[in-house]
Amino acid sequence: MIEVKNIRKGFGDRTVIDGVSAVMEAGKCNLIIGASGSGKTVFMKCIVGLFVPDSGEILYNGKNFLAMNGDERKDIRQQIGMLFQGSALFDSLTVEQNIMFPLNMFTRDSYSQKLKRVNEVLERVNLKDVNKKFPAELSGGMKKRVGIARAIVLNPKYLFCDEPNSGLDPLTSMVIDKLIKEITTEYNITTLINTHDMNSVMEIGDHIIYMYQGKKEWEGNNKEIIFSKNERLNEFIFASEFLKDAKDMRMLEQTGRMDNQRNSK
Amino acid sequence: MTLFTEFGRYLLMLKGMFSKPENGKMYWKELMHQCSEIGIGSLGIVVIISIFMGAVSALQTSYQLVSNFIPRSTIATIVRDTVILEFAPTLVCIVLAGVVGSKIASELGNMRVSEQIDALEIMGINTKAYLVMPKIVAALIMIPLLVVVSAALGIWGGRLAGVMSGIIAPNIYDKGLIEGFKPYNVFFALVKGYTFAFIIASISAYYGYFVKGGALEIGRSSTRAVVVSCVAILFADYILAALLLDK
Repeated sequence: MIEVKNIRKGFGDRTVIDGVSAVMEAGKCNLIIGASGSGKTVFMKCIVGLFVPDSGEILYNGKNFLAMNGDERKDIRQQIGMLFQGSALFDSLTVEQNIMFPLNMFTRDSYSQKLKRVNEVLERVNLKDVNKKFPAELSGGMKKRVGIARAIVLNPKYLFCDEPNSGLDPLTSMVIDKLIKEITTEYNITTLINTHDMNSVMEIGDHIIYMYQGKKEWEGNNKEIIFSKNERLNEFIFASEFLKDAKDMRMLEQTGRMDNQRNSK
Repeated sequence: MTLFTEFGRYLLMLKGMFSKPENGKMYWKELMHQCSEIGIGSLGIVVIISIFMGAVSALQTSYQLVSNFIPRSTIATIVRDTVILEFAPTLVCIVLAGVVGSKIASELGNMRVSEQIDALEIMGINTKAYLVMPKIVAALIMIPLLVVVSAALGIWGGRLAGVMSGIIAPNIYDKGLIEGFKPYNVFFALVKGYTFAFIIASISAYYGYFVKGGALEIGRSSTRAVVVSCVAILFADYILAALLLDK
């Protein structure tokens, strides 16, 4: 579990994160949504320690990350896997070497053990015959899957995904979402996802935080989000006329269902 | 950003390199990789530059020695001393600032922009130690070696040009080479080699490591790394000459 208490972060005179608090539970997909520039990425980078917040607390299983010494932080970081927006695979290494890199760095396993683990995670992300390929030879979706494989190879307790669907077609996005969801529940990982893909929100949003101009504007789950009365959130999620119509239809359908239920009782 | 802020950040980057390696074997592998990239990767250009540098130096010295009272062996002595004292360490290092420096800056810059450095940080790896330190150590190992190779080839290039153009006989050139030879000059060249190696690798790594932006910024920081390294080399060259050659 990750608990964030009253985080603030600014760059110069500009406050980017303004007193955000949240609890991210294990085994759930925790989504941070918001428009571009709302502070999602900075918020995530504060949690993983790439940015140091100006104030606040970040608790990993109750331990304050910001108060930890270098070694303690290293221990926590070795329990973190992260999927980056651009996958961040090492260009000069093959897929196999990319995934094996954390194993080489942090384990004393033999080469055959490491290779076995690499093949296991590649199989888990549904990739075959790509071991010897370089990142430049892979499609966007495959790169994301290699990124996920690298992120989970050390069996992390925390998984962070920054815009996992950016640049992917809707079908591949769904495959990636499904994969993240499965991995989260299978390994009971605390997963935090930055996204503005509404499909992801509706599919895997066990816990959703909507950020607006650096503040937490709304919190809930994918079942509650479409019924939210928050105007800013509604403006964000129902940006197109099509989605507005879809929402109205869903509302009608839901109301109809309720009426039917009431009548049947 | 002011000069002092930049310098402070540069010093902090250097300080940040010193930490216990997460896995010594991986660091050693990276060091060997960098030695190969810097040493073997620049050998070709160093060989070409050095031979021509010595050859031109021999021909120009001969052109300026118009008096019959000066022995022809002086050409070899002058070529030897200019190559050892200045050409091999300074000129070659300025070229290496372009070749090695831009490579280091663009490699790190690309890693920064594509979030590969962030990925390493999140894994719990000290990126300054894993990415910057091996480059500096490799430069400190390989660049002085390249300076020695360059000096030897420069002197040989002078001999080749002198003999081929009929300016000087081989035995007279060889005699001139050992006349008044001061081993201290070689020591001075090596001191310069180590100093310039550190300048090239650390300044280029600094500009690459702290790149912000996209592909355009990588190019800019790479150019800035080369320019600043060259100026720093020339400045250090003067300081070292003033300190170590003062009589």
